[in-house]
Amino acid sequence: MAFIKTKYNRRSFLKVSAAGGAGLMLQFSWLRGMAQDNKPAEEAFDLNAYIRVNTDGTVTIFSPNPEIGQNVKTSMPLIVAEELDVAWDQVSVEQAPLNTDKYQGQIAGGSQSIRRSWDGLRMAGASARHLFLAAAAKKWDIPIEDLITEDGQVKHLPTNQFVAYPDLIQDAVMIPVPEEVKLKDPADFKLIGTAVKNVDGMGIATGKPLFGLDYMRDGALIAMPIHPPAFGQKLKSFDATAAKAMPGIHDVFTINTTLEKPQWSDVNAFNELVVVVGDSTWQVMQAKKAVEVSWETVEELEDTAAHREKLEKVFSSGKGEVKRKDGDPDDAFAKADKIVEASYYGSFLAHNTMEPMNFFADVQADKADLVGPIQTPESLRKSASALLNIPEENINVDMTRMGGGFGRRLYGNFGLEAAAISQKIGKPVKLVYSREDDMTQGTYRPSYMLKYRAALDADKNLIGFEVLGSGIPESPIFENRYPAGTVSNYKAENFGVETAISTGAWRAPRSNFTAGAEQSFLDEVAEAAGKDPIEFRLELFDKAISNPVGERNDYDPERYAGVLKLVKEKSNWGVELDGVYRGVSAYYCHNSYVAQVIDLVKDEDGNPVIKKVWAAVDCGIVVNKEGALNQIEGGIVDGLGHALYSQLTFEKGKPMQQNFNRYRLIKNNEAPAEIEVFFVENGIAPTGLGEPGLPPIAGAFANAMYKATGKRYYRQPYMILDQQEKVLG
Amino acid sequence: MPQYTLTINNQEHQVDVAADTPILWVLRDHLKLVGTKYGCGIGQCGACTIHVNGSAVRSCSLPVSAVAGGSMQLTTIEGLSENADHPVQQAWLEVDVPQCGYCQAGQIMSAAALLKSNPNPNEEEIKTAMSGNLCRCGTYTRINKAIALAAQKQ
Repeated sequence: MAFIKTKYNRRSFLKVSAAGGAGLMLQFSWLRGMAQDNKPAEEAFDLNAYIRVNTDGTVTIFSPNPEIGQNVKTSMPLIVAEELDVAWDQVSVEQAPLNTDKYQGQIAGGSQSIRRSWDGLRMAGASARHLFLAAAAKKWDIPIEDLITEDGQVKHLPTNQFVAYPDLIQDAVMIPVPEEVKLKDPADFKLIGTAVKNVDGMGIATGKPLFGLDYMRDGALIAMPIHPPAFGQKLKSFDATAAKAMPGIHDVFTINTTLEKPQWSDVNAFNELVVVVGDSTWQVMQAKKAVEVSWETVEELEDTAAHREKLEKVFSSGKGEVKRKDGDPDDAFAKADKIVEASYYGSFLAHNTMEPMNFFADVQADKADLVGPIQTPESLRKSASALLNIPEENINVDMTRMGGGFGRRLYGNFGLEAAAISQKIGKPVKLVYSREDDMTQGTYRPSYMLKYRAALDADKNLIGFEVLGSGIPESPIFENRYPAGTVSNYKAENFGVETAISTGAWRAPRSNFTAGAEQSFLDEVAEAAGKDPIEFRLELFDKAISNPVGERNDYDPERYAGVLKLVKEKSNWGVELDGVYRGVSAYYCHNSYVAQVIDLVKDEDGNPVIKKVWAAVDCGIVVNKEGALNQIEGGIVDGLGHALYSQLTFEKGKPMQQNFNRYRLIKNNEAPAEIEVFFVENGIAPTGLGEPGLPPIAGAFANAMYKATGKRYYRQPYMILDQQEKVLG
Repeated sequence: MPQYTLTINNQEHQVDVAADTPILWVLRDHLKLVGTKYGCGIGQCGACTIHVNGSAVRSCSLPVSAVAGGSMQLTTIEGLSENADHPVQQAWLEVDVPQCGYCQAGQIMSAAALLKSNPNPNEEEIKTAMSGNLCRCGTYTRINKAIALAAQKQ
């Protein structure tokens, strides 16, 4: 049984508490109307920011965080419902608007929604449950200890009395909010750990208007942007005479969303845009083509070929930053019996959410409504306030469901652009990016290079390990992550290459590349050491458990080893099957541990076919089994797709892939035929799931390809840069 | 602008739009049927898939002038069934396919057309038929499972 402070440290009654307490975890509000005699009876009561009890017996739970497909709109309310002790079929879920007085951390990023809100969501449910228990105790004049709750009812078993929550609501709201609430013992969970279906599943399957691009208001116009074709260019001039004469076109003008003090979420290469505004999307798309724009080059126009050279050359620049050094790596390499070296490359990647960037804005003289798909609504409101010169409290931000995020919608330039356009035309507007606009004005996954060296002594022990990382613009190394902590002599050094190309977080930032490189390299080192790749890794973990090197290691070696052992057992590792090629990989990121085994076979033409992937996951308590499985399965497919097929290349600053005819995403017939996922069962508070499934799979694939072909894979996307011909023959 | 008569989900609609306007934008902007999604505009992602006389087509690449008139029956996700009871929709709910959900209307429409032409597809036939519908979230294994389940349900 766990107790937790509610942070509500005074005896406040619900009906008066709406006036104060901003910033509290639980801001209780009292629906208007109670004091007004001639109003119809209340149909609903807000018990706190998360819970509304309706007099029809149902409960509405507000999901605070943005939904990008990570399924928090189902799993966050599920946690509240668990502690409130209501049946899931009594619950309906609504997306909460941005409200920093009521909610904390309304952001979709870093796989942190559940981890950061776990206590708060439980508390919201548990404190509301307490109010019902206390109200029933008072009503029946029975000690509260004698009462239990079940499926939205308070029960007194000895007398067989029971009362439904809605029938207690008038009394419950008069009960002081407890200063301390009792949380359930995880052993008593009825909802958490079960498989619950997506709350928007029906809306999705029937085509309901759930997404940003679906959101529209009467009288709103459509706007589309024209941005420079190349990074390193800016607008010089434009002539819209022809475009303005086209049917349905209202205006063509420029906007500039440059902020005096940009936040991290304002990353954007092109703040000055030409904008075409009209009645309908197709009309605006046609008019865009008729605008004559000249651009000027203001920075170097970059090429992918030159990028690769720079990533390599910077290692000898002497400008590295040593992030961590244990022991004496130089000495270890000097003494080594055998040195293994390898270098890994990864291209830029676009986010390519299936729903292109878009946002709705209705900006008036002193207030603004902003509605759309955004992972960082609070940051958008702050930047919009600065741009529009309207106080934050007069800006309303509503989050729609998002057709994917993957980090792109952390950077809300499109929201600011919509706001700037609406302010300029004095009308509500919906900004829409075409796929080409979306792919060529990104905050891309940087291009990376990692250079590894491992030193083995005469007994094949790993005595030295070195990793140099370069990136455009920054290195992907996590210096305190495995194998740091397992090797006495260790060095991690970062190098950066400047760029005019805008980059940012892309699903599992840095890990999305580092995991594949590191896990491929460890496979090579294990082979040089003459050891089974799983046994080799486990021996290193043994060292990190019994005698870790350094004090800053960011992982728990027992949990890390645990997922490797689990995947080993479940996949029957060690059993060789004819014509089946296996690879293994394990990685830790976003506070969760994932190990994966992949099986490849050859098709009749000798091409690799991914037959099956096994995954073992330790993310602490699994909140929703169905959603968790889906995240890991999706992470594997997404990770494979980008490691095998996807790249964004540049020529003279221009993205050479502008739509899905040239940008390859993984297709249905290239995905694994089967994915089997196993979760470690423990009582640890839940950690990330949106990202950790993705990074390791690239390594498992490369290692299986080595088994199949005898060739190591070093350059992502593997099937384009490394597999120039059919190698499985 | 010319006026076109369209039969969509068994209802007649009149629209005044340019002849080259893709059906996708007629549906979304003019008829407020936004279940059909814009993904690429060049027929490469499948998010905009609808049925024309029962066959799956990419509505982003289909001009209104090509499907106007009485003989063309258009079906969108909103009209696939009365009460979400098409076997493919039922299977999608049962398997809990979506993550972000944006591509799923197109996936469902492609799957429904596949089962109409091939009521009992094998795994390879499913994969081949569905390889034109992209899903960035990577829900392909669930999509294929749901189609196999829908085949049993019909």
